[in-house]
Amino acid sequence: MALVLILAGVGLLTALNIGVALGRFDQYLLGVMTMAAINVILTASLNLINGFTGQFSIGHAGFMAIGAYTAAMLSLFAHWPFWLVLLAGAAAAGAAGLLIGLPTLRLRGDYLAIATLGFGEIIRVVILNIPVTGGPRGLPGIPNLTNFFVAEGVMVVTLVFIYNLVNSSHGRAFLAVREDEIAAETMGINTTAYKVIAFSIGAGFAGLAGSLFAHHLMFINPASFSFMKSIEILVMLVLGGLGSLTGSVVAAVGLTFLPEYLRQFSDYRMVLYSALLIVMMLTRPQGLFGKKELTDLLHFEGRGGLGHSRDQKLD
Amino acid sequence: MDLLQQLINGLSLGSIYALIALGYTMVYGIVRLINFAHGDVYMVGAYAGFFAVWHYHLSFFPALGVAMMVAAATGVLIERLAYRPLRQAPRIAVLITAIGVSLLLENLGILILKPEPRSFPEVFPLALYNFGGLIVTNRQMAILAVGLVLMVLLQYFVNFTRTGKAMRAVSFDMEAALLMGINVDRIITVTFAVGSALAAAAGVLVGIFYNRIDPLMGIMPGIKAFVAAVLGGIGVIPGAMLGGLVMGVAEVMVVALFSSTWKDAVAFAILIFILLVKPTGLLGRPGGEKV
Repeated sequence: MALVLILAGVGLLTALNIGVALGRFDQYLLGVMTMAAINVILTASLNLINGFTGQFSIGHAGFMAIGAYTAAMLSLFAHWPFWLVLLAGAAAAGAAGLLIGLPTLRLRGDYLAIATLGFGEIIRVVILNIPVTGGPRGLPGIPNLTNFFVAEGVMVVTLVFIYNLVNSSHGRAFLAVREDEIAAETMGINTTAYKVIAFSIGAGFAGLAGSLFAHHLMFINPASFSFMKSIEILVMLVLGGLGSLTGSVVAAVGLTFLPEYLRQFSDYRMVLYSALLIVMMLTRPQGLFGKKELTDLLHFEGRGGLGHSRDQKLD
Repeated sequence: MDLLQQLINGLSLGSIYALIALGYTMVYGIVRLINFAHGDVYMVGAYAGFFAVWHYHLSFFPALGVAMMVAAATGVLIERLAYRPLRQAPRIAVLITAIGVSLLLENLGILILKPEPRSFPEVFPLALYNFGGLIVTNRQMAILAVGLVLMVLLQYFVNFTRTGKAMRAVSFDMEAALLMGINVDRIITVTFAVGSALAAAAGVLVGIFYNRIDPLMGIMPGIKAFVAAVLGGIGVIPGAMLGGLVMGVAEVMVVALFSSTWKDAVAFAILIFILLVKPTGLLGRPGGEKV
């Protein structure tokens, strides 16, 4: 059963890639698929912070912006090769995550949420006010270097990296911090260090996604990285389930495609979107997948998800 | 003199923030929830006031009353439908729900009220008063006066009425209050109603002062008022008033001294500074009395 499902999944992905390589998808669909891959990276990276380490951040778009602007400027003004630009975008955002994480991660719960919101907005306002970024007019003419394969490749690398990280001994420390910070500290885990590491890595991948985003849309401006973008990523994460990478993938892909199909009802789109969030929280607050992964679901009985716990405590 | 002028402008903006911040702080004091939808209740209040004046030709005070009642009903409805079922849920789940309610109100606003900004009808003609070089408009005076009266009324309500006493008790210890026979659900309803009504007053005043309302008008003032509440010490009513005034003055000063594009950063800079230096806020005392 499990084998069949995995084979079906691999087969589907292979077919999809062959289809893309043969040019069977139109430009529009390819664009949406690329955005879906970028959204998966964003959601999975936020999952590392919010889902696996339990630190509630709602300023993810700020790190995406740092990555996007760093990458775009390096491409436009310094003409660096694309792979290096991607790494630089990720590194810049990761460094920003480190700088911001060190002071703010002393805060907990609501306060941390608000502080990350504040930093996200400050990043946007700073970009708006320094001349080199083009201010409110944004940066046009970024080379179109992100195609579906690049985005998909980076997405797979991100997912494998985060999955392995969470399942490593360091990952156990993240989960321990999420489940009970005091108990984790008693067990000799340097909770501050692990929180900052998770935050910084999450920010780095958000920067990577931002770099891809900039080279996909070929134009960025501060309005693309507003508080609403952070919320969009958060909705994807929550819908999929805090602490489930499978959930992140399903929800990010689903919520990228769904609005495209709802275009004919575009007036009602955002109303449905927000109503969905509320209904989700009222009826299934743990999200579609809870903390379970595809692999857990395939093994059916006996095994829990990562950091399996009976209660669905989120903070 | 110029600085004094800016101070007056800052205080009138600050009264608006203070009125919104009161709702945040009261709700947080009772249910420990950042009510993200509060800024949008302020928007609902502004529109209710708009229709009261524009369609029903009410004058200022009746319109203010209508706006406050509509917003109070909205706030209570939100609490009933979205927050009450999650009373026992993890706080993050409630926070996300609050974000959802906020988005829902904004998008319903865009859908029903149309995204275009509307200009608020003139409730009273603009008049300028010159106090030895200081220019004060009658609208600014209305904001300051209404803000002051509402804050005094609120202080009276919280400190000298039975319901106010019950509110303080619930804020201090919800379970103990329950054991003492206080109807906690009713107190929470009252808190949402009062907080939302104050936000609606702010919305109407903003409409009169800036002459312009739109469905997304609540986002930024909402966030800033929240910062004001944190600055004053979240859960502390006089703190929200002080925080609001400080925020208003700081913002006007930054616009006057630097540039208006930096004005939104002020709030967040203040927020992060206060969270790092004194997270309990200016007037917050750890373990102190909170409403």
